[in-house]
Amino acid sequence: MSGIQISNLQFSYASAGGFRMHIPRLDIAAGECVAIVGPSGSGKTTLLNLMAGTFVPRSGEINVAGQRLDNMSDAARRRFRIDRVGQVFQAFELLDYLTVSENILLPRLIDSESRKNSGSQQRIQSLLSSVGLQDKADKRPDELSHGERQRVAVCRAMLNRPALLLADEPTGNLDQANKQKVVELLISQARTHESMLLMVTHDHSMLDAFERVIDFAELVEK
Amino acid sequence: MMTGAFFLGWRYLRFHRFKSLVLLASVTLMMFLPTATRLLVADSATALTARAQATPLLLGERGGELELVLNALYFHAEQPPVLPYSALGDIEASGLASGIPLYTRFRSRGAPIVGTSLDYFAFRNLQLAGGRMMGLLGEAVVGANVASEQAVGPGDHLVSSPETVFDLAGVYPLKMQVVGVLARSGSPDDDAVFVDVRTAWVIQGLGHGHDDLARGDSSASVLSRNEGTITANASLKQFNEITAENIRDFHFHGGTSGFPLSAVIVVPPDDKSATLLRGRYQNHESGYQVLVPGNVLDDLLETVFTIQNYVILGLMMLSLATIAVVTLVFLLSQQLRRGEFMTLKRMGASRSFVATLIASEIGFVLLGSVALSALMSWVTRHYATEFLLSLVTL
Repeated sequence: MSGIQISNLQFSYASAGGFRMHIPRLDIAAGECVAIVGPSGSGKTTLLNLMAGTFVPRSGEINVAGQRLDNMSDAARRRFRIDRVGQVFQAFELLDYLTVSENILLPRLIDSESRKNSGSQQRIQSLLSSVGLQDKADKRPDELSHGERQRVAVCRAMLNRPALLLADEPTGNLDQANKQKVVELLISQARTHESMLLMVTHDHSMLDAFERVIDFAELVEK
Repeated sequence: MMTGAFFLGWRYLRFHRFKSLVLLASVTLMMFLPTATRLLVADSATALTARAQATPLLLGERGGELELVLNALYFHAEQPPVLPYSALGDIEASGLASGIPLYTRFRSRGAPIVGTSLDYFAFRNLQLAGGRMMGLLGEAVVGANVASEQAVGPGDHLVSSPETVFDLAGVYPLKMQVVGVLARSGSPDDDAVFVDVRTAWVIQGLGHGHDDLARGDSSASVLSRNEGTITANASLKQFNEITAENIRDFHFHGGTSGFPLSAVIVVPPDDKSATLLRGRYQNHESGYQVLVPGNVLDDLLETVFTIQNYVILGLMMLSLATIAVVTLVFLLSQQLRRGEFMTLKRMGASRSFVATLIASEIGFVLLGSVALSALMSWVTRHYATEFLLSLVTL
C-alpha cells in the first residue's frame, strides 16, 4: 500500500460556519500525477492538508505511502510531513531573510533529527542545477523573478525526496509560459523521484499534462 | 531543532538590520542609563571622598566651605578668599599640627600652578617618575598628565599664564624650569604644576629680580640715589626667568608673613589634637575656618544622591514607556509574520520550534543589549572619576 487510500473521511472546521466534508473513497496509485479541480471554497486545499497530516479528520481513514495518518500522534504526523511530504504553496512562501540555498534547506532546519550537513549542499546544488538555477544559490528571494521563485519552492519541496508532492495552485500567480514550465517541472521532478503528485488548480489549460484529473465536486458527498 | 531555530532567528535579525539596531539601541539605553547614572555617581563619590578622607583638616579664610575644599583638594579654578602666610606659622606654633601651604591662584596653559612645600609630596604619597623635586626658586615639578599633554619633561620650560593682557601693572608670565615629573596617581595632582610657594609669589610680583642697581654699570637705570635708597627708572629690566646667574638678584619686598595662601592643609598627629585645633578656630574672631573636608563633601554628595534618585525615577518611567513601545513593535512584527510561522508549521515545524525561533530573536537582542550595556558601563566606570574630577577642576 504505497499510494494513497482514503475511505469514509469526514472533516469539519471547528470555526468555519458549518463547513463539512465527506469523501467516501479516493485511491491514488504510487507515482501517479493527479490534478484536482473544483470551485473555490469547496475543500481542495483542506484535502491536501489532510493528506499532508496537517489536519486530522473527525473520522475515516487516510493511508499515505504506507502510513496511516488518522490515528497518528501530532509528533508522528510532523515527522511524516518532514520525511515523506513535499509542499509547493501558491504564494511560494519563501522566507525573505534566507538565501535560495537556505530556503531549500528549510525542511532540514526545522527537523530536530536531521543531519543537516550530511550531503545537504550537494543535494541543493543538484536540485538547483535540475531547474537551471545553479548560479542563484546565494541570492535572496527578492532578487529572483516570479518563475525563479516558484522553481526554488519546487526544489525545497523535493529536498527530502518525498513520496508525496502536494502543490496548491502553484501556477496561480504566473503567466501562461511560466505556468507551463512549472507544471512540467513538477511532473518531471515527481517522475524523477518516483513521487506521487497532487496538484490543485483552477487552470484547465494545464490538465492535459496529468495522468488523471479529479473533479473535487464529484469526489465529495454532499 | 534548537540550532535551526537559532539560525533562523539570527538570520531574521541580520536581514532586518535597521529594525534590529533600533531595538538593540532602545533596550541597551534602557539598561544602560540607570546603571550608568548609579555607577557615575557612586564611583565619583568614592573618588571625591577618598581624597577628602585623606585630608584631615583644611585651614582657610572664612567664606564658602565648598569653594575652599574644591580649591584645596581639586585645584578648582574658583579662588577662595586668601589667608596670610602667617596663618601657617600659627598652626605650627600651636604644637597641635603641622601645616602644608597651598597657593593655587595661577595657571600654566590651563594647568593649575600649585605653590606648596616639599611636604605636600610626602603627604599625598606622590612619587617621581623622572627628574628630581624642586629645590630652587623658579623650578617646577609637573603631574603625569601635564607632562604628557604638554610634552614637557626635566630640562623643559613652562610659562605661567598672564591673568589679563590688558593690565600693565598685573601679573607677568614667569618662565619656570621643569625639573621633575610625578608618577601617575589617578588624582588631580596628575593635572597640576607644582612649584615652591615662593615661586608662586614671584609670579604674582610679590618677589622679583632685576639688575643690581648698586653696580656701577647700572647707572642708566637709576632715577635717584638718596642715603642708601636707590630709585630705579622705567628702563630697569626685570627678569622673567629665574636662572643660576640671576637667582641672587631675586628678592621679596617686605615680610612674607602677610603674603597670600589659598589654604593650609593641616595634619594633626591624632584626633585629640584635631579636636583641640578645631575648637580654637571655632570663634569668629580669628577670621579663619578649619574644616573637615570629608564632612563638607558629604553634604554635597547628599544633595547629589537626592538628585540622582529623581533622575533614576525619571529614567525608570522612560524605561517603562520604552518597554511598552518595544513590546508593541514586537507583537506587530509577530502579527505580520503569521504567514511565515504557518508555513513552517505546514512544513512540519512544531510549536516549540516557532516559540524557540521567537525566543532566540528576543534572546539575541537582549544578549546584545546586555553586552553593549556592560561595555558602555565599563567605559563609563573607567572614565567616571576622571570625568567628574575634570568637571570639579574646571
